[in-house]
Amino acid sequence: MSSHPMTSRPLYFIILSFLFTFFPSCGGSSIALAQAEPIDIATTQMIPDSEQVVVEPVTSLIAADHKYDDGGMIDLSWVPSIDDQLVASRVIGYKVYRIEDEGEPEMISELAPGSNTYNDQSVERGKLYSYFVSTLSINAETPSVRTAPIEPQREWLNYELLNVLIMALVLGGAVIYFIETARRGKKLFVRKIAGLEAVDEAIGRATEMGRPILFIPGILDMDDVQTLAALTILGRVARIIADYDTKIFMPVSRSLVMTAGRETIKASYQAAGRPDAYSDDMVTYITDEQFGYVAAVDGIMVREKPATCFLLGAFFAESLILAETGNSVGAIQIAGTARPAQLPFFIAACDFTLIGEELFAASAYLSGEPKQMGSLKGQDVGKAIAMAAILIGILTVTIGDAWNVEWIQNITTGLVDVFSTR
Amino acid sequence: MKRQVPIIITFLIGMIMIFSFFIPPLEGLEQTCSLFFDVIAVFAFFLGGGNLMRIHVNKLRRRKKDWGFSIVTLGGFFIMLAAGLLKIGNPGGIAASPTTEGSLLQEIFTYVFLPLQSTMYALLAFFVASASYRAFRAKNREATILLIAAFVILLGRTPFGMLLTGWIPESFSVLQVPNMAIWIMNSPNLAGQRAIMIGIGLGVISMSLRLILGIERTYLGDESA
Repeated sequence: MSSHPMTSRPLYFIILSFLFTFFPSCGGSSIALAQAEPIDIATTQMIPDSEQVVVEPVTSLIAADHKYDDGGMIDLSWVPSIDDQLVASRVIGYKVYRIEDEGEPEMISELAPGSNTYNDQSVERGKLYSYFVSTLSINAETPSVRTAPIEPQREWLNYELLNVLIMALVLGGAVIYFIETARRGKKLFVRKIAGLEAVDEAIGRATEMGRPILFIPGILDMDDVQTLAALTILGRVARIIADYDTKIFMPVSRSLVMTAGRETIKASYQAAGRPDAYSDDMVTYITDEQFGYVAAVDGIMVREKPATCFLLGAFFAESLILAETGNSVGAIQIAGTARPAQLPFFIAACDFTLIGEELFAASAYLSGEPKQMGSLKGQDVGKAIAMAAILIGILTVTIGDAWNVEWIQNITTGLVDVFSTR
Repeated sequence: MKRQVPIIITFLIGMIMIFSFFIPPLEGLEQTCSLFFDVIAVFAFFLGGGNLMRIHVNKLRRRKKDWGFSIVTLGGFFIMLAAGLLKIGNPGGIAASPTTEGSLLQEIFTYVFLPLQSTMYALLAFFVASASYRAFRAKNREATILLIAAFVILLGRTPFGMLLTGWIPESFSVLQVPNMAIWIMNSPNLAGQRAIMIGIGLGVISMSLRLILGIERTYLGDESA
């Protein structure tokens, strides 16, 4: 076995041991330093000492409770062995050992040379854990000193996200305040959205031409907020379609969207007093496969030649393929997505595009209800905060850097802290 | 009742998702909710598959327009289903993974499905050209600015851009086309994208609150919302 680097316990270790014994979790965030205890590892004993390639152990091994978790993680960090070099290294890796409640050492991970951290995610609250890290050479292991026992702690609030919580409360509060204001009857101004103003016209065109309307709710499932936004718009659009007695066809790429889409259209037809005109065949499932779905929808476009296409929801590479095919069959197209990368394609190929937030505002806008319009107004508070922060940021960065004024630079740092997550 | 139960479920799950972001002990609940969604989605898949079959079988039976395509759809559906379930041609036998190399399912996937998928994706190149042609016509001031910006970026991303303007001295390097392209992408383009992203973030918050509080119920088929 390789020689142990620490032969006697220094004074600081005795003090720390005393503290850990009587105050195992002082401060709520525990850190366990390495302590000198000899460790036996069987593999190193099988090779004669003269043939062993002995490497130096890792140093400064620290085990610390992972901050702001449910008490299920411990973070380890150390300084790699001095034999761990980029060129001609004698170290071939590290093994992390864990000792649970003073039991037997258990190897929990094997790491590559150069590693200096490990996050143990398989610990439980109420148990004591200590660790050591072995440095591996081609035929031997050199263990480090062992950390003092540490117990993982549970935290009830993630203070690192406090700024996000405050911001969410401010924005959520503003939305709820304006909903209440609108509910009390106050008139709120909401600017016109061209794409939504054109909905009536687009459906009317399809009615006049006697051709169907194609509604595509993106390619993601019901757990995506863009799909939900698309379905809320579908409800409003289907109501007008039912009134105009036009045909709607909605091919979908997710089974759950098919079920929700059918319910939405059915309710709209019932609200319009035309439940007999509804058919389950209006909404059909195609496939979950992205390009299989695109091929089917393109085929439908070319064969059925819809007069109007709604492309609303989450789209990826298929956005331009769908929009260009719709364009080639002469359909009037209203598109909308919250994926910035796809917006240029829709803007180039469609007649109207709902850009980002307009997609989420569409249902409220089309409903014209005060409660829903109030929620749109609440967003403006968020925009005002963002604009103020951007303006202050530009000024403080410019002045602080140009004249090297420390307190102004501190404002910039503070702003970054407030608007970023750690 | 049909509307109230989903609204209560939406409220509870929405609240769990929000609070679990800030309260570490609730993180497990968030993952459980996601698992529940996956389980429901798997059951719904049978509905989707069943619906696909029903529609195409009806189309075939009634000899509706374009019924020939239904033969291809149903053929593909059943061949893949049989190849996967019965593990036809699977070198590892019935106990092996359906995607084992050499199995019929894997062969169809590699030699039929993937080329078809690539063909669809390749269409994008032609559509980009036709869409660009329409978008970049200098019809008005905005379109002209778009055209110039696109021209600079296209030129700046090719060696030809450097060839044209490489002679410009280092002190005026900002006028070199590749540097102009980088500036357009990093400044006006990024600023515009960030503005859209801020709007989207606020839109999502507003939409989520409407859903969680039950103000928006259209997606549940409630037109009165």
